[in-house]
Amino acid sequence: MPHRGQADMSAIKKSNILKTGESTWSFHGGIKLPGHKDMSTKNPIGRVPSSDRYVIPLNQHMGAEGEVLVATGDNVLKGQMLAGPHGLISATVHSPVSGKVAEIAQHHFPHPSGLAGTCIVIENDHKDEWVKRNPIGDDYTNISSHKLRSIVRDAGIVGLGGATFPAAVKQTEVGIETLILNGVECEPYITCDDMLMRERADGIIKGAKIIAHIIKAEQCIIAIEDNKPEAIEAVTQAVSRDGSENITVQSVPTIYPSGGERQLIKIITGKEVPVNALPSDIHVLCHNVATSYAIYKAVFEDEPLISRIVTITGRGINSPQNLEVDIGTSIHDCIEYCGGYKNDARALIMGGPMMGLILNTDALPVIKATNCLLVSAGIDIRLPESEIHMPCIRCGKCVEVCPANLLPQQLYWFAADKDYDRAVDYNLFDCIECGCCAYVCPSQIPLVQYYRYAKSDIWEQERERKKSDIARQRHEDRLERLEKQKQEREARLKKKRDALAKNKNGRDKEMDKKKALIAEALARVNEKKSKQKTKAQNTENLTPEQQQKIKQADARRESMNNRENH
Amino acid sequence: MMVVIITLAIVAAFFGLLLGYSAIRFRIEGDPVVDQIDALLPQTQCGQCTYAGCRPYAEAIAKGEADINQCPPGGEAVIIALADLLDVEAKPLNAEHGEEKESKTVVYIDESTCIGCTLCIQACPVDAILGAAKHMHTVIESECTGCDLCIPPCPVDCIHVKAVTPTLKSWKWHRPEGGYAAPRAS
Repeated sequence: MPHRGQADMSAIKKSNILKTGESTWSFHGGIKLPGHKDMSTKNPIGRVPSSDRYVIPLNQHMGAEGEVLVATGDNVLKGQMLAGPHGLISATVHSPVSGKVAEIAQHHFPHPSGLAGTCIVIENDHKDEWVKRNPIGDDYTNISSHKLRSIVRDAGIVGLGGATFPAAVKQTEVGIETLILNGVECEPYITCDDMLMRERADGIIKGAKIIAHIIKAEQCIIAIEDNKPEAIEAVTQAVSRDGSENITVQSVPTIYPSGGERQLIKIITGKEVPVNALPSDIHVLCHNVATSYAIYKAVFEDEPLISRIVTITGRGINSPQNLEVDIGTSIHDCIEYCGGYKNDARALIMGGPMMGLILNTDALPVIKATNCLLVSAGIDIRLPESEIHMPCIRCGKCVEVCPANLLPQQLYWFAADKDYDRAVDYNLFDCIECGCCAYVCPSQIPLVQYYRYAKSDIWEQERERKKSDIARQRHEDRLERLEKQKQEREARLKKKRDALAKNKNGRDKEMDKKKALIAEALARVNEKKSKQKTKAQNTENLTPEQQQKIKQADARRESMNNRENH
Repeated sequence: MMVVIITLAIVAAFFGLLLGYSAIRFRIEGDPVVDQIDALLPQTQCGQCTYAGCRPYAEAIAKGEADINQCPPGGEAVIIALADLLDVEAKPLNAEHGEEKESKTVVYIDESTCIGCTLCIQACPVDAILGAAKHMHTVIESECTGCDLCIPPCPVDCIHVKAVTPTLKSWKWHRPEGGYAAPRAS
C-alpha cells in the first residue's frame, strides 16, 4: 500500500471504488488495493528451527481463557493439552514440543491492549516426543457430528483467518446447506492461505469434507480471489483428484474486503446476513481454508493446532517468505530466520496493513491469530496512531466504500461526541473495522480507531451498569437486613420487658413465701437457743467452795466468750 | 335548558368516575422518575452528595431539593445523563462534594495490621467486607464500589486505596488523539 498523499487521491477516485465482476454477486463498496503479494510467494513454505523456549498464552482466541491443566515443573509431551476450554466459547492450547513447564506467569503477547496475560512457558527438551495419538483417518464418515466436534474442540482449532473464533462452536448441524471455504485472503501482503492452498490443497479438501460431514452441508464452495491463479489451479486439481462432485472452486474478484465473512457470503450466495443474525440463519457456514486444513490434521493425524503458516513480509524485511511456525515461537526468531530487518524498517505489524495490529516489540510469541508479520519500511504504510487528522469535509467517500453499508461519517460524529445511543442506532456494531473508510478519507481521520474506541466504551458502560445494578441490589439487601435485625432486636427486648412485668406479682408472692419460711426458721432457731439456756441442774446445797469454783468457771467461760466475740 | 344541564352533568359524572377508576386501577407504585434517576447514578452509596445513598439523592433530585452536579463518582458522564433525562442544562461538578477520580479505585485491607474490630464491616454500604470479630477482615474486590466509607472508622489505618488496573477483559481502546488540526500554512 503506497503512502497516500495528495497524488494518490485521484487514483483512488478512478480505480479503487470498483464494482465486482458480473460472474458473481457483489457487495456494496470495497476498494481495490495494491496487493504486494508476490513478494512472499517466491519461496516454498519454510520451517523455523525449533527453539528452546515457547511461550503459550491462554488467551489466543475469542472467548474465555482456558483452564490450566499442568503445573510448573511438569514434563509435557508434544501435542499435550496444556489448558482446557473454560465455558462454551473457549479453546484449548497444546504444547508444540516435548519438554518441561518452566513457568506459568504473566507475559506480554500480541494483544491490542498491550497488557500481559497468563502464559505457559515450555522449555524444549529437543526430543520431539509426541503424546499417544489415535488418528481417525478416512473412518470419520462413521463418526457422529458430536464426536467430531469435540475432536475439533479438543484440538484447539480456532478461525485462522484472524478472528480466532473457536471453530467447533460455529459447526452447528441444523439447517446448514452451504459450506464456504474462505481462501480469499483479500488484505495486501498476506499470502499464508495462498501458499497453503498451493502446497497443501489435498488436506484442505479433506478438511472441507470433514466439516461438511459434521454440519451435514449439501455443497461446499471454495472461494479464492482471482489474483491467486496458482492457488486456484492447485485447489481445482485437488478437487478433481478427490472426485467429489459437490465441491466447487469459485474465483471471486479481487476487491477488499471480499474476504470478510458477510461480504463473501454476499458474493457467493447473493444473500445478506441480516443485522443481529449469524450466517447459519441463512443456512451458510464459513470457514477459512487454514482452519479446514487444521481440522484435517486433527482428524487424520490427531495433531492439535500447534503450528500455523505465517507470512513474514514487507519492505522492511530482508527475505520475505512464508513459514510454518510453532505456536509460542518468538516473533524475533521468525524475523531472524527471514534475514532480519532492513535498515529502513519502521514498524512491525501483526496482520495486514488494513486491519493489523502494530507491535512495539518482537519479543512476543506467535499466536494462533498471527497470519502475517509485516515490517513496513519508510512511509509505505500509514500508521494511524501517529498522525494528526484534519476536519471531516463531508465528502461522503467513506459511505461509498463501506462494505457494511453504514454511514461512517455519521458514526464518526457520534463516536467523537460520545453520543453512543445514536451510534448504536446507526449500527455501529455492524462495522467490521476493515479500514476502507479510513483509507479513502481525504482528511486522514483514523475512523476505525474512533469506532473501536466507541465500541469498547459502550462495552465498558454496559459492564459498569451491570456492576452498579449489583451494587444497588447489595445495598438494598443490606438496608433490608439491618432493618430486619433492628426489628428483631426490638421484638426481643419487648418480649423480655413484657415477661418481666408479667412475673413481677408472682415473684413478689414467692418472695413473701420465702421470707415467711426464713422467719419461721429464725423463730425455730431462737426457740432452740432459748431452750438451751435452761439453768444447770443439781446446783442446790453447794458448799461455798463449790460455788466459788462455779463462779470462777463462769468467769472463765465469759472471758473466753468475750475474747471470741472481740 | 334543563336537558342540556342534565346531559352535561351526566357526561361530567361519567368522565369523573372513569378518571377516578383509572386513577385507582392503573396506579403506578413508586415514582418512575426516581427510578430513572437512580438507574443513572453509579450506586457507590458513598454519600458525598450529602444524602444517605444513591436512592435518597435520586429522590431529592426528583423533588427538586438537590442539584444534578453533586455526584463526584459519577462525574461528568452522570451529570450529562441526568441533564438529558431531566431536560435541564448540564453544569460542572460542584467541588464542595469532591472531585471526580481519574480512574476507578477499590480498597484493600493490610491483613497483617487488621485487628478484626468489624468497624469497617459496619461502614460498608454494599457488604463488600468479609470478616468477624477478632478475625482478619478482607475486601471482596469485585463488589467494592470504591466509596472509601470504610477508611475513617478503621482504628489502625489498615485500609488503603488502590486504582483498578485494566485487565484483558476490561481494557478499552483509547480515544484517538489529534482531533482537528488547523491546516498548515504553506
